Amino acid sequence: MFPKPIEKQPRAAQITYQAMLPLALLLWLGPLLAVALFSVKPAADFTNANYWGMPSSFEGAFNYGQVFFNSDMPRYLLNSFMITVPTVIGAVALSCMTGFALGIYKFKSNLWIFFMFVAGNFVPFQILMVPVRDLTLELGLYNTKTGLVLFHIAFQTGFCTLFMRNFIRALPFELIEAARVEGISEWRIFWYVVLPLMKPAIAALSVLIFTFIWNDYFWAVVLTQGAESQPVTAGITSFNAQFRAAYQLMSAGSIVAALPPVAMFFLMQKHFIAGLTLGAVK
Amino acid sequence: MTAAVDAPDQESWFHRNQQRLAPWFFLAPGLLFFLVYVIIPVFQSFNLSLYEWDGLGAAEYVGFRHYEDLYWEWVDRDAFYTSLKNNLIWLLLYLLAIPAGLFIALFLNQTVWGIRLYKSLFFFPFVISQVVVGLVFTWFYDPTFGLLNEFLGVFGLGPLNVLGDERFVTYGIIFAGLWPQTAYCMILYLTGLNAVDPEQIEAGRLDGAKGAKMLWHIILPQLRPATFIAFVVTIIGALRSFDLISIMTQGGPFGSSRVLAYYMFEVALSEYGFRMGYGAAIAVILFLIMLCFIAYFLWSMYREEKGH
Repeated sequence: MFPKPIEKQPRAAQITYQAMLPLALLLWLGPLLAVALFSVKPAADFTNANYWGMPSSFEGAFNYGQVFFNSDMPRYLLNSFMITVPTVIGAVALSCMTGFALGIYKFKSNLWIFFMFVAGNFVPFQILMVPVRDLTLELGLYNTKTGLVLFHIAFQTGFCTLFMRNFIRALPFELIEAARVEGISEWRIFWYVVLPLMKPAIAALSVLIFTFIWNDYFWAVVLTQGAESQPVTAGITSFNAQFRAAYQLMSAGSIVAALPPVAMFFLMQKHFIAGLTLGAVK
Repeated sequence: MTAAVDAPDQESWFHRNQQRLAPWFFLAPGLLFFLVYVIIPVFQSFNLSLYEWDGLGAAEYVGFRHYEDLYWEWVDRDAFYTSLKNNLIWLLLYLLAIPAGLFIALFLNQTVWGIRLYKSLFFFPFVISQVVVGLVFTWFYDPTFGLLNEFLGVFGLGPLNVLGDERFVTYGIIFAGLWPQTAYCMILYLTGLNAVDPEQIEAGRLDGAKGAKMLWHIILPQLRPATFIAFVVTIIGALRSFDLISIMTQGGPFGSSRVLAYYMFEVALSEYGFRMGYGAAIAVILFLIMLCFIAYFLWSMYREEKGH
């Protein structure tokens, strides 16, 4: 293990390390803790310039109540879910198939198609912006959740294919050969042999795509406009306009908006990290 | 195998050819989506950059005029080169996330009580939307109550209006961006460090290597896959920077924090008018910059594939 395990260091080093850990964390999450503090302060604290002192009264319940019952925030949150969940399902489903095709079969254009997916996944969003917006307008899907979902599915398929294909490559190929010898059809091999083995990859991709899509801001701004279809990332700007200078509410709103992917991360940590490292760093 | 050879003509044509056809059936839906929404739009944007178009009326062919306008800055003074320069600053400074991430990973790569929770909490910033990161840092920099100025005040410095000052604004935003990006690189290295071969470390120790020497000669070579991914995601992240700029400054003050991605959006889709063709030309330039890196990444992957 590197660096040298702290247990094998002198006692003084151990104590220093143990003390530095929480300090470093406090420093690292400082800006975030500040927002958390803001979100439980009463409005009066901000007018009295009591920014960093203790809250003069604990108004967490009131502030968060405002966010949930007196703003468009619940609407935006619901929109975010209705955009994120179908995207996850769609992109994972499509990429299970593309990953299977590119990971199992040998055909001439295999590597080229694979590279196309990878390259497409890296392009800057702006080069897609005008044509995708036009296409969405033409389909009559501008300012709808469906329009956003369709694009997200398509774009995420690039990354998901990269991931799935590499994952399938690492599976024991003998399994598939054995199934073929048995005369099992290719579709059944996919469904009954490979898909069950892909569960960890599916889990990893799901949490990862959930976070990516939940946090998307650019496409939400380009393809949607009002509270009826905008996800929470785009909604929070109009939320902030509504509560201009009400820092306690803006903080509470931000925390609410950030929470679902955070919860997802803590619940599915192992899968999440496996996904981030693209399965390449094992 | 024998069964298939025995009765070839009793099987349907589809059955006989299924191994050749199957990949295309599996590819079809994903490929279709990807072509329609990603690959074809890239070419459409290239084409569009040769036209003058407001998004509604008829498009007028103007050849390379948009590129000339950008080159000479005939349309927006000090917009293109400022954006380009800022993109370069982003690209260079964003790479600091890699050593910073490595540093934190080394710091956290211990097995003391509660370390798992520490690792998760250090990773926290990456999971949060950039929109929220932007808001958090806007307040952090706020000249009247921001933590930064409270901190500077302790040393009798400031107040400093980071986001309102043309000299600091880009650096301020990049610093905010480094926060989640460092967390990402950290997690890559933490996973990488897990896989480092303990025998090699022991061998190194016996040879008297330790500290920086050990890190450089024994650990880092084994972390190459992690470094490669960190490099890829950081470069892409730097060139994609949009959310933070849009939230924190909207390109200001006086357009001094624009990058190409934001400039393009501003030109094509904001109150400054719907100059789609001009915007497409900016996007094409950004794409070409990105293409250099994409080509390099693909080349690395290709060598890896052939190596197997």
